[in-house]
Amino acid sequence: MHYFVGDLGHLFVITSFITSLVTAFAYYKATTSTSLEKKRLWLQNGKTGFYLHATAVLGICVTLFVIIGNHYFEYHYAYNYSDLKLPTYYLISTFWNGQEGSFMLWMFWQALLGLILIQTNKFWEAPVMTVFAIVQAFLASMILGVVVPGLHSRIGSSPFILLRDAMPEAPIFSAQPEFVPKDGNGLNALLQNYWMVIHPPTLFLGFATTLVPFSFCIAGLWLKKYRDWVRPALPWALFSGAILGLGILMGGYWAYETLTFGGYWNWDPVENAVYVPWLILIAAIHTMITYKNSETALKASVILVISVFVLILYSTFLTRSGILGTASVHSFTDLGLSGQLLIYLLFFLIAATILAIVRWKEIPTTEKEASVYSREFWIFIGAITLCLMGFQVLMPTSIPVWNKIISMLGFNGNFAPPADQVGFYSKFQLWFAVAVGALSGVGQFFWWKKADKQKLKQHLIPPLLVALILFAVVITFGKIYTPSYIVLTLSGIFTVVANAFILISLIRLSPGLSGGAVAHIGVGMMLIGIMFSSGYSKVVSLNNTGRLISEGLSEEFNRDNLFLFINEPRKMWGYEIEYLGERLEPRLHSGYVKKSEVFETGDPDKVVAKINIVAGGKSYAPNDTIQVKGENTYYEIQLRRGKQSYSLYPRAQINLEMGGSAGLVPSPDIYRTVAADLYTHVSTAMKPASEDDWSKLEEVKVNKGQEFFANDYVATVESVERVLTVEGVELSGEDVAVKARIRVQGEHRDYFAEPIFLIKNKLVGRIPDEIKDLGLRLVLMNIHPETNNFTIGIRSRQKDFVVIKALEKPFINVLWIGTLVLMSGFGIAMTRRVREFRKMKEKGQEVV
Amino acid sequence: MKKSHILVLVVIAAAIAIIVSTAGDASTYVDFEQALALSTSGSTKEIHVVGELKKDAHGNIIGIEEGSDRVSFSFIMIDDKGKEQKVFYNQPMPPDFTRSEKVVVVGSYDQDNFKASKILLKCPSKYQDEKKLNV
Repeated sequence: MHYFVGDLGHLFVITSFITSLVTAFAYYKATTSTSLEKKRLWLQNGKTGFYLHATAVLGICVTLFVIIGNHYFEYHYAYNYSDLKLPTYYLISTFWNGQEGSFMLWMFWQALLGLILIQTNKFWEAPVMTVFAIVQAFLASMILGVVVPGLHSRIGSSPFILLRDAMPEAPIFSAQPEFVPKDGNGLNALLQNYWMVIHPPTLFLGFATTLVPFSFCIAGLWLKKYRDWVRPALPWALFSGAILGLGILMGGYWAYETLTFGGYWNWDPVENAVYVPWLILIAAIHTMITYKNSETALKASVILVISVFVLILYSTFLTRSGILGTASVHSFTDLGLSGQLLIYLLFFLIAATILAIVRWKEIPTTEKEASVYSREFWIFIGAITLCLMGFQVLMPTSIPVWNKIISMLGFNGNFAPPADQVGFYSKFQLWFAVAVGALSGVGQFFWWKKADKQKLKQHLIPPLLVALILFAVVITFGKIYTPSYIVLTLSGIFTVVANAFILISLIRLSPGLSGGAVAHIGVGMMLIGIMFSSGYSKVVSLNNTGRLISEGLSEEFNRDNLFLFINEPRKMWGYEIEYLGERLEPRLHSGYVKKSEVFETGDPDKVVAKINIVAGGKSYAPNDTIQVKGENTYYEIQLRRGKQSYSLYPRAQINLEMGGSAGLVPSPDIYRTVAADLYTHVSTAMKPASEDDWSKLEEVKVNKGQEFFANDYVATVESVERVLTVEGVELSGEDVAVKARIRVQGEHRDYFAEPIFLIKNKLVGRIPDEIKDLGLRLVLMNIHPETNNFTIGIRSRQKDFVVIKALEKPFINVLWIGTLVLMSGFGIAMTRRVREFRKMKEKGQEVV
Repeated sequence: MKKSHILVLVVIAAAIAIIVSTAGDASTYVDFEQALALSTSGSTKEIHVVGELKKDAHGNIIGIEEGSDRVSFSFIMIDDKGKEQKVFYNQPMPPDFTRSEKVVVVGSYDQDNFKASKILLKCPSKYQDEKKLNV
């Protein structure tokens, strides 16, 4: 048992907690000190404190990695989230698999950001880092795992507890306290892909970065420097918008690739909880930009920047406290932290609100009203639209919270989220999206061109004309007839065209200013991509066989799924489609191994080759052992059109444990073309056949080399040889075992079966061999050496089949490309703002 | 009226509209008896029912039946009031269904059968149900 490592980790956690408190105090004193000398000393203390804190955070991370990487399964974290078979990159992702780990990831990023802020902001360091340190203290408290004497509960949940302490009731530990499991529980199938490695770190970096503008805002209010906090905060706000947005979209893309609901956004509460702060953040960025050219938007920026951070805390609360309970498919297990999370949320909500209220009167605003033709006015309208958009999502998502509040007031709070989430949110968000598109186009003209009625018409008409022409083309060829989609398309195209015009004029002027235009083009593309791929997602696996898949299934299922017997081609989506059989994935290299070409062994992760096999560049000879990922079965589906052919490998995991019937965990495979994605997954596959499915035994007597029929396939006994070893059977010197090698000609290729006949202890035994694809089981019934022939037993069943569902997602690539364009826009804008900030600092015009 | 006042009024109106639509489209959590009453009174609205899977004395799940097509299945659920009901779901069993602490079905009654269009699961708390270890 490795006790030291866990204790060390725990020590690091406690250290990080204490150092963050000490740092907060030191920076607080530094901010409030009137004497310059005292200020300098406290600043030094604060810096030292934070460096120590950051070291402790690093220590926590390293320690947890050591536990996971060395497979110390006596620790609950390693046991629950990893196993011996996980490759290194998944072991890394084990780190954030559990809630404790994801808190640590968050702390890690914030520690890093804090170090950067210390280096880059002399003037703002003290107040900003005070806020940072307090937040770190809260996060550290979530993983403390300390029981305070007097309080009946534990503060935080430590990732370093032993399995023995996490499951005290498990009987094995009372008998054997030093028990260490040989292997862990491993990683859930659906989490085993590269997104698990990049999506959480990106998302948590996004969360961490929302703290930066917030800290600057609080610092500005605190020090009464109401204008100056915006300039340093703006590049960080842009960075945050980019990273958080990227993190959210990665989640969507992951869902699209791995889950089988055929989409990238489900309007699930957990998704919504991070979508809302992102919208508000975008609104905040826009008011922060306007404010710099005029002071009207300053108050708005304060409110919005504070709201973003508070909403992130709220989203953490929703996700982790268990309050969503039955309302979300993402329900994470409740660690009992809901009280702490609520305190965390309320502390910052109340503290920030009070500070803002106290300072409100002193915040400068202009008295005169913004004209309807001014930039400020349109930015405002845009910000309000985004806020309403967020509000519309926030309200229903918070239904479980409303329920709790209603029941605390004594009434019966029984609301459930809308039954059809996607339909509900889409019908509202679509119109908000239309407004966003229109505003982001029109607004740019107000921003960059002179604000005056006449000139405006002049400026707007060319892009409007171009947009209308494009729009007419797209509507006609895209066959878009639904009114709401038509409007959305117009809005998307308009913003792309309008911003393209702006972009062209800006590139001539100064390319560094084009961030907004590029970002808006990205948004327009995303709207168009979303409209096509979601609005026109089409089921293409329409059942054209003329028969029901099954009467017990819904009409919808029968209609939308295609039944494919192995090796029998069908027509779909303009292609010929054929199911070619089950495949296995080698563990150590790429490619696929045909299940029909290998023997299964007792170990699901090892198979033995029947014939020469080449997979992913590696060759195997008969009787070689191939290591495979036994939990995944792939179904090769081939699409052919003319001379082109392409294979899709949707995957499924067949879970045999539950109550008699098998559960299938499918994952899609996607065939990408420029105009659309063909998205396919297995709805159901043939389950491992039970004995009842096989026909009665039919016997034939044949010579070697003589052709006979097995279930309508042509078969020949190629050889019969004595074998000295039989897997799973102990043979002594007196025992005899004979193996027949039978070739069966399938539709496309030959298959081999090797049934065995043996005599052990004077008793006859027969080991059949099965050709799965053809539904054949062959038995070497008897050998007749006198006549030199053999009796072969044949049993057959229904051929292997698979039921697939395939969706066409038109122009979904426009969405993903639009995302990249949006990110570039963010990048350009960020670069510009950072440069401006630095120039100002050098010129001394900035408060440094 | 000042422009800003108009704006504020518009925003408030929109916010109220949003709240009303949220309440209007929200579903409710009911038990089976209430769900049956709703359906007999003609409501076709889908509702949520929370409950647990039926278990025998040893804690093993009983009542799960495979459909004749081997894809759909039905199971027996007990709601918060203790009423048992057979629920039909015409798609394959969701993963980890049998390990779920609580189950929420979204659907409605069709005569005497409860047809679920969605099943939501709540995964068991780490520290409770996992009494089995890989020994």
